[in-house]
Amino acid sequence: MDVALHFKVQDLLARYAKTIDDDQLEAWPDFFIEDGRYRITTAENFARDLPLGLVYATSRAMLRDRVRALREANVYEAQRYRHVIGPPVIEPLDGGRVQARTSFMVVRTMHGGEITMFATGSYADRIVLDASGGEPRFAEKVVILDSRQIDTLLAMPL
Amino acid sequence: MSIAAESRQWPVEGLTRVPYWVYSDADVYGQEQERIFQGPTWSFLCLEAELPGPNTYRTSDLGTMPVVVTRDHEGALHGFENRCAHRGSLLCLDGRGTARDIVCVYHNWSYDLAGNLTGVAFRRGLGGKGGMPADARPESQSPRKLKVEALAGLVFGTLAPDAAPLEHYLGPEIVARIRRVMRAPVKVLGDYSQLLPSNWKLYMENVKDTYHASLLHAFFTTFRLNRLSQKGGIIVSESGGHHVSYAIAADSGGKEYEQAGMRAAREDFGLEAPELLASVDEFGDGVGLQILSVFPGFVLQQTRNSLAVRRVVPRGLEQTALHWTCFGFADDDAAMTERRLRQANLIGPAGYISMEDGAAPGFVQRAVRSAPDVLSVVEMGGASVASDDNRVTEAAVRGFWKAYRQHMAL
Repeated sequence: MDVALHFKVQDLLARYAKTIDDDQLEAWPDFFIEDGRYRITTAENFARDLPLGLVYATSRAMLRDRVRALREANVYEAQRYRHVIGPPVIEPLDGGRVQARTSFMVVRTMHGGEITMFATGSYADRIVLDASGGEPRFAEKVVILDSRQIDTLLAMPL
Repeated sequence: MSIAAESRQWPVEGLTRVPYWVYSDADVYGQEQERIFQGPTWSFLCLEAELPGPNTYRTSDLGTMPVVVTRDHEGALHGFENRCAHRGSLLCLDGRGTARDIVCVYHNWSYDLAGNLTGVAFRRGLGGKGGMPADARPESQSPRKLKVEALAGLVFGTLAPDAAPLEHYLGPEIVARIRRVMRAPVKVLGDYSQLLPSNWKLYMENVKDTYHASLLHAFFTTFRLNRLSQKGGIIVSESGGHHVSYAIAADSGGKEYEQAGMRAAREDFGLEAPELLASVDEFGDGVGLQILSVFPGFVLQQTRNSLAVRRVVPRGLEQTALHWTCFGFADDDAAMTERRLRQANLIGPAGYISMEDGAAPGFVQRAVRSAPDVLSVVEMGGASVASDDNRVTEAAVRGFWKAYRQHMAL
């Protein structure tokens, strides 16, 4: 096992989750390369090879638009996420890239204190190991939700 | 809280007032199942494309009643209650599949795809022992059959044998607006569900409430895109129960968003990736938004090139499932599919212009639970339940209550 590679990918995933959980959403798009792709889908759609996303972005600019919409336009009750991320299963790809499959859980806590298991699933990621600045970044992140059902609404990214 | 619905009186003001007990009375909820969902109304069950060939099925709902929709070996559509004639178990557990017959997992009673009981395991017993008496009538409690009709790729069902034919139920204006969107064979792009923390009627009112759109949903105005929906209007069916709201897309043609100069008045307020909204006038009439609802719980939605059907299914007095299926057409090219997928960012539980609709009905539910005898004020546009050439009106909401009261005899 390439221990350094594993640490690098795990560190990327840990920092990604911390950024969302700490509500630093403005920094979230920077985890992607400029034409990085981000999609939230369900395990059912994924298995049937259906392309629909709950969120479907094909560039970092689209992710920045989503953050600005969440900050300035959309209305949703104050809430926070807590990601718990498992160890990634990593496979090498060509061109300094790897793919990683990682389990996650997100617990949502509402401003009134209500705690809900909001989402479980896996990340299917393609990662560029030495993207701009020498940092690893996502070329693609597909968030595959185990459940087809979202409680109330899905505002912040997963 | 549960007071016999018979003691409930509608306010004397009529359709301009809605009493809050309609969202919190358990007896009212029970009567809705009987009088509306299992009564002489048509419920949307699924897309025909979800039954792609002979010997296919999918599960659906008629209010709180689970149902099976099938296409038999000759291609005919059927619908029946998803309940075994024997001990009442669900017959189909999977949401979709292929089958020549339906076999209950509990005791292997079997049915054809029209819902007729065709076999009872060990009916004659084993080795001369056990089994049913010769005069037993195991089919006496068979799953109830629905009358099923398809219209332009949409499958509807009703339990009422005397229900008006589907096209009569909808009326010509609604039928025309359904056919407008369902212009070709459908290709499903995917589906998902949303659990709403509110009574089903609060969500249906939200769908029919054209007044809230630019007020609650700030996405278009924040990004200075409000010119997108300048001219429009609503159509309310004669029964009141069905509606269409529509808006002309000022930018039909889809070129403008590709020009940087059209992004927004100020760079810092525009979308950085305006290609999200790049659309084409696929219906050739300049209408960029058409929301159509059918009483009691169906929505057909065209938001530019993003197309979806929504099924509104009660899950209890204060909980509602909203099932979305997004689609395009079999003849879409790759660019059109990509447009539909990008514009799907506008809709669903994470949608820029629909995420609030998951929460707002719940805000009402939480507030009115303790105020059953207070009334909501539904007076935008006066007391009219008629079609109008503007959308600053609650005529379609009043139309919903007109149909509701007629079915409920309230």
